[in-house]
Amino acid sequence: MSPAASAAILAGAALKMRMPASLLQVAAIVVGGPLLVGLMAKCRARAEGRIGAPISQPLRDLRKLVRKERIHAEHSSAVLAVAPFVLVASATVAVAISPLVTTAPVLDGGADAFVVVYLLLMGSVALALGGLDPGTAFGGMGSSRAMTVGALAEPALLVAILALSIQAKTSNLPGIVKATLAHPGWLASPERLLALAALVVVVIAETGRIPVDNPSTHLELTMIHEAMVLEYAGPELALVTLGEAMRLGLLFGLVANLFFPWGIASSASLPQLSLAVVVLAAKAATIAVVIALIEVSTAKLRLFRIPELLAGGFVLAVLAVMTGLVTR
Amino acid sequence: MTLDNDAIAPPASESTLVPAGNLATEAGALLGAGFRLALVAGHDDARALRAVYVFVAGAPDRRVELQVRLDRSRPAVPSLARLSFPASRFERELHDLFGIEPVGHPFLRPLVLHQHWPAGWNPMRLDAGAPPPMLTDAEPFPFVPVEGPGVYEIPVGPVHAGLIEPGHFRFSVVGETILKMKARLWFVHRGLEKLFEGRDATDGVVLAERISGDSAIGHNLAYCLAVEEARRIELPEEGARLRALLLELERITNHVADVGALCNDVGYGIAQARALALREALLRLAAEVTGHRLLRGAIRPGVASLRRLPTEAELVNIASRFEDLVEIAITNTVVMDRFKGTAVLSQDDATAIGTLGVVARASGLAIDARAAHPFVSLGDSPDIATEGAGDVMARFSVRAREVRTSLRLAAALAGSAHRLEVVAPEVHCRGGSGLGIVEGWRGTIVHRVEVDASARLTRCKVVDPSFLNWPALSVALADTIIPDFPLANKSFNLSYAGNDL
Repeated sequence: MSPAASAAILAGAALKMRMPASLLQVAAIVVGGPLLVGLMAKCRARAEGRIGAPISQPLRDLRKLVRKERIHAEHSSAVLAVAPFVLVASATVAVAISPLVTTAPVLDGGADAFVVVYLLLMGSVALALGGLDPGTAFGGMGSSRAMTVGALAEPALLVAILALSIQAKTSNLPGIVKATLAHPGWLASPERLLALAALVVVVIAETGRIPVDNPSTHLELTMIHEAMVLEYAGPELALVTLGEAMRLGLLFGLVANLFFPWGIASSASLPQLSLAVVVLAAKAATIAVVIALIEVSTAKLRLFRIPELLAGGFVLAVLAVMTGLVTR
Repeated sequence: MTLDNDAIAPPASESTLVPAGNLATEAGALLGAGFRLALVAGHDDARALRAVYVFVAGAPDRRVELQVRLDRSRPAVPSLARLSFPASRFERELHDLFGIEPVGHPFLRPLVLHQHWPAGWNPMRLDAGAPPPMLTDAEPFPFVPVEGPGVYEIPVGPVHAGLIEPGHFRFSVVGETILKMKARLWFVHRGLEKLFEGRDATDGVVLAERISGDSAIGHNLAYCLAVEEARRIELPEEGARLRALLLELERITNHVADVGALCNDVGYGIAQARALALREALLRLAAEVTGHRLLRGAIRPGVASLRRLPTEAELVNIASRFEDLVEIAITNTVVMDRFKGTAVLSQDDATAIGTLGVVARASGLAIDARAAHPFVSLGDSPDIATEGAGDVMARFSVRAREVRTSLRLAAALAGSAHRLEVVAPEVHCRGGSGLGIVEGWRGTIVHRVEVDASARLTRCKVVDPSFLNWPALSVALADTIIPDFPLANKSFNLSYAGNDL
């Protein structure tokens, strides 16, 4: 047997071993993402003195949307129909290779911070094109705004992760998680705290929460993300909603594991994996509650102030990198 | 606050028949003397047409009517559009509904009738008949296009997301900045003025309460005052005070809802949740006071009738909950940043357009019919809340201050009431015309009725302040950014139904 063939068999065996864990991650995020959205809506409702819809409401909405007929805007092309699939597919790959439930997901050599960030960006661009495709004023307005926010959030996200990479000496996400597990003292380091602050800003912007965007508004003219997807209906709207919820779950999960990785499974054993899912859910839910409380206590920023907020996030990320370089 | 016991009878309107040729001179003299054009009503008297111009000024309360008789075959009046902006709007309405031509009008486009109605059909004429079939090949409503690099149009409505009345808005935008906004209204034109015709004056109440659902008291009271003047009905002042109490309750309820809605439009849900809870408490109080959550059924010509009075404890509780609400809103820096400097209406523009009510007061104009045209004395100097900035914040502050004033007034009015029902003595049935002016929560509402000898309405002309305030919204939006439009619109909170009639 040639070395190449045996390497391939070994790699195949590794893939087989890692596949269940990655599938588990995807399943956890597909179910957990919408539940996180529901949890945040519930928190807001309770803080405002309302009872609110059940936490499972987003999942029920998905079921309802899937059963509806497919309907496309007049004059729209295949871009409108394909964009939701690109969104969900890119989110699924990003979830599969990220260290969420296990430190050894499939293709973990490729689970570079840049790969994950650009997979997310791929979904954003697909949605923006889908928003432009029908040629309506709202879709174009939403896409333009979403790209403005995205273009400002992306560098802050990359630089914040770069601060962690410098500390861990790798930009491989599972690698950063493993290094953090080995060095608990890093948690209190200034670059970690600064990067965490920067990431919170980015996560709020990327998931379209107040003060950047208001996911529950009915006012078309104020919308960012909702305006972009206004022309979607039925199963395709379900895909868009699911894709967005998965991205939210992924971002919450990544923030949780990059900064507080304990509980993540380091082997593929069933008890460890199940425990890891529970711990991940608890960590992501905590982040969801914190962000929901931030949402309740503030109002939506004027559109032209959003760049200031994101620039603040970027500055925090740059400070994190510089602190890391100086204190080494 | 002290309340003296003077019921105020409105000054008799002096009504003069002027030849059409003298109209502009007479109107110019009145406008120059500080009067404003409050209402223009067309009339079809079968043999001839008639146009009635009502000019008012206050304080002291003065009302002057100019009436012009018109040849039925070629009805025309000289346009007053160059003297007064409101006149230009009234004249376009007159042209659409009665076919009376304002000669020399600089911009005589259809206002009320949309383009699919055939030209020359005037629904308020006695001989108008059944509505003709609509044109299917009508030109779309023309909008003046704005041209230049990067300019694009955003059409919004008439059907909106959420529970909003129908209106079409056409924005010309560069990037996010609004260059021009054109509003197309009259999608809820129900022909209300026509529905009044031939009704018994007492039955007109049912219609008046539904002109704009949120101003049941404002419109109904203006209607009843007009009918009472026409029929020489004199309600004892105790009854007038019960009516003033209801008017203030309506103002409080709607201003509370607006304060919450303004916060909601900047995504500050917690203030909205509080405001909605407080509004619900006020609606329940209204249901106990009048038997109807929207205060319907308590006022009729010659009658003011309540089920119970609001207690002092209830009003104090509302006041403290309202202070909490305002505190939550104004201590949030993001909310204040959104409100301040947004959609500024300058005092000059507010004056030129002839704005009324909250919008006018937020731009520094001390216009309030409670002071200018009082139907009951509310003390020596009614407190008129004015702000200078003319932005969303100013309109928010005017509302907040008015709630406080209204709560004090309501407490004083409720505290001094001894009877729950006051009925005017019977009068001989006689005809005539009457004018009712009331400061509703949005602004000054004016009704003018004509009643025949059998107490039937021959005409009821309604002017909601929204009719005069709508053009101000477009002006305030210049240089505002698109995502701030819903907030700016909410800060005006004009009635579509009251405008469209």
